[in-house]
Amino acid sequence: MTDTARWSEESEALAESVMAKYPQKRSALMPLLYIAMREDGYLSEAGMRRVADLVDLEPAQVSSVASFYTMYKLEPVGKYLVSVCTSISCWLLGGDEVLEAVEASAGVPSGETDESGVISPEHVECIGACGGAPAVQVNYELIEGLTPKKATELVEWLNAAQPATLNGDEMQALFGGERSFDWAINETNDATGPYPAFQPHGTIAALDRS
Amino acid sequence: MTDHPLILTARMHAHPESSHTIATYEATGGYTALRTALDMGRDAIVEEVKAANLRGRGGAGFPAGVKWGFLAPARPAYLVVNGDESEPGTFKDRQLMERDPHQLVEGTIISSLANEVNHAFIYIRGEYPKSARRVQAAVDEAYAAGYLGANILDSGYDLELTVHLGGGAYICGEETALLNSLEGRRGEPRLKPPFFPAVRGLYMAPTIVNNIETLSNIPWIINNGGNAYSAIGPEDSPGRRMCSISGHVNRPGNYEIVEGITWRELIYDVAGGIRNGNELKAWVPGGASAPWFVPAEHLDTEVTKAAIDSNGSMTGSGAVIVMDHTTDMVAAAERLVRFFAHESCGLCTPCREGTTWLDMILRRMLAGHGRASDPDVLYDVSDNISPGVTWPPKMTTICPLGPSAVSPVASLLKHFPEEVAAAVERGTQVPVSIGIRS
Repeated sequence: MTDTARWSEESEALAESVMAKYPQKRSALMPLLYIAMREDGYLSEAGMRRVADLVDLEPAQVSSVASFYTMYKLEPVGKYLVSVCTSISCWLLGGDEVLEAVEASAGVPSGETDESGVISPEHVECIGACGGAPAVQVNYELIEGLTPKKATELVEWLNAAQPATLNGDEMQALFGGERSFDWAINETNDATGPYPAFQPHGTIAALDRS
Repeated sequence: MTDHPLILTARMHAHPESSHTIATYEATGGYTALRTALDMGRDAIVEEVKAANLRGRGGAGFPAGVKWGFLAPARPAYLVVNGDESEPGTFKDRQLMERDPHQLVEGTIISSLANEVNHAFIYIRGEYPKSARRVQAAVDEAYAAGYLGANILDSGYDLELTVHLGGGAYICGEETALLNSLEGRRGEPRLKPPFFPAVRGLYMAPTIVNNIETLSNIPWIINNGGNAYSAIGPEDSPGRRMCSISGHVNRPGNYEIVEGITWRELIYDVAGGIRNGNELKAWVPGGASAPWFVPAEHLDTEVTKAAIDSNGSMTGSGAVIVMDHTTDMVAAAERLVRFFAHESCGLCTPCREGTTWLDMILRRMLAGHGRASDPDVLYDVSDNISPGVTWPPKMTTICPLGPSAVSPVASLLKHFPEEVAAAVERGTQVPVSIGIRS
């Protein structure tokens, strides 16, 4: 161990429990990168150095892994990452037009963040919502069956309300249409905080088995 | 089709508000298969799964019981459940994870028992946080109920089950790339041989990799017997399988089908036909990697593995993407190729360079700068990725991702040469070339 800055007590404890779930601690590298993103708001160099320390790798090895995957953001992104699917099934039903509406409403193109740091539009490859195309995720919470008009309203709502937590079912009810599969289970605990905190019930929480 | 009971989605249909909970799962016969399996022992479980002739539902379609038979004797051995569902058009595993996670967990426990595994992993793609929450909640409930952990149901059998989240990479659906990813490495596939997972897999130990849907069938097979399963549908590909239908149909969604109906029945009866009464133009029968089918040749052929294979495509992930007569097929091919160009891991030159060039050429054609040589160049690049452009594809790459990008291009050239020619024709009327890579 070198002298890398420790994370918050909560994150350090979570890192320890995550590493204990694998026969070899390097396997915890990817979940640790999510924890690093929660600490700094993106995957910073300091965060990657901390992960390297925890799993006994060189920082360059961690960076090499992090840069391979699209969900590890090496630059800061806005409070809400709005991911628009433009793969085949969404494209067939207007995914490109939804992306244009999101970009126009945010005022910046895919891959950038608006001036106030609230909205980061991005186009993504298939997110497994082909039956409810076109589909969008906000901080990875899914909304299906959007139209360009509804996508514009979604971005306007995010900007105006700036909700502390997001609920996929609420957003679906407000802005979505038909889903890939629709059942009666409504989510009461699906709220996730601003990207990339994923709290209190988002990606990080899924790692944290009680 | 209606003669057979639903297997995978029965519970979520009957209990739409609570199918994901352990209470409903147990109240509807859940975890009885585990108790039976603990009494049966390893060999008898494997025999039932072999008798079921359950084929893998991830794409390759290899019989699960036979795959288990390849597991090398060294221990520890691992079971890794592949929930990195990313093939465009596919959303079946998401439904199985979100709506009936205990069925998956029970299937995973029984499969681990059958393969002498004491630590299993469920790898879920990072973009599926709801699936991860649901599966993790089910795993927590199973631990609390004594179905996981040490000395399961006083049987002396121990199993740890870890839920792992991916980071956004289609390539991790390839089993050896998935193992690298699970080891905390870049998701690049491993060369086979020597790294067959059954011999040298996770941590170089014998490893079974099975798809979410495949293992969700296991509790039913143990409860009802392998012979009951293999009696459903065609002999060569029995049972029920999830079919994700998307695109220009009136009723897109996941359907649990028995093979043997025709494509006409699947598209017009099951999925409600084409939107606005439009004409069917083409469909992708088994995920983005599969060569296309067209109505004149294939509409009245059977939806069976044997028929799809002999007609030059594949069942794949079970995803059917339907396109009506308004679809620009050059644009559709580009959209599919773009995916593979984006998702190529970059390890093998024919795939890294080839997918990118295929995409650039198709984009240039769409931008009005097609050239007379483009069809030949598209074929030539395809031929360098997959020599002969045959089906099943020959490979110059470690994994099938590169050849997958050839499928839409070969399908375009074969079935829609007039649209390719029209794109070329438009190009000759546009005098100035422009930058093409966005």
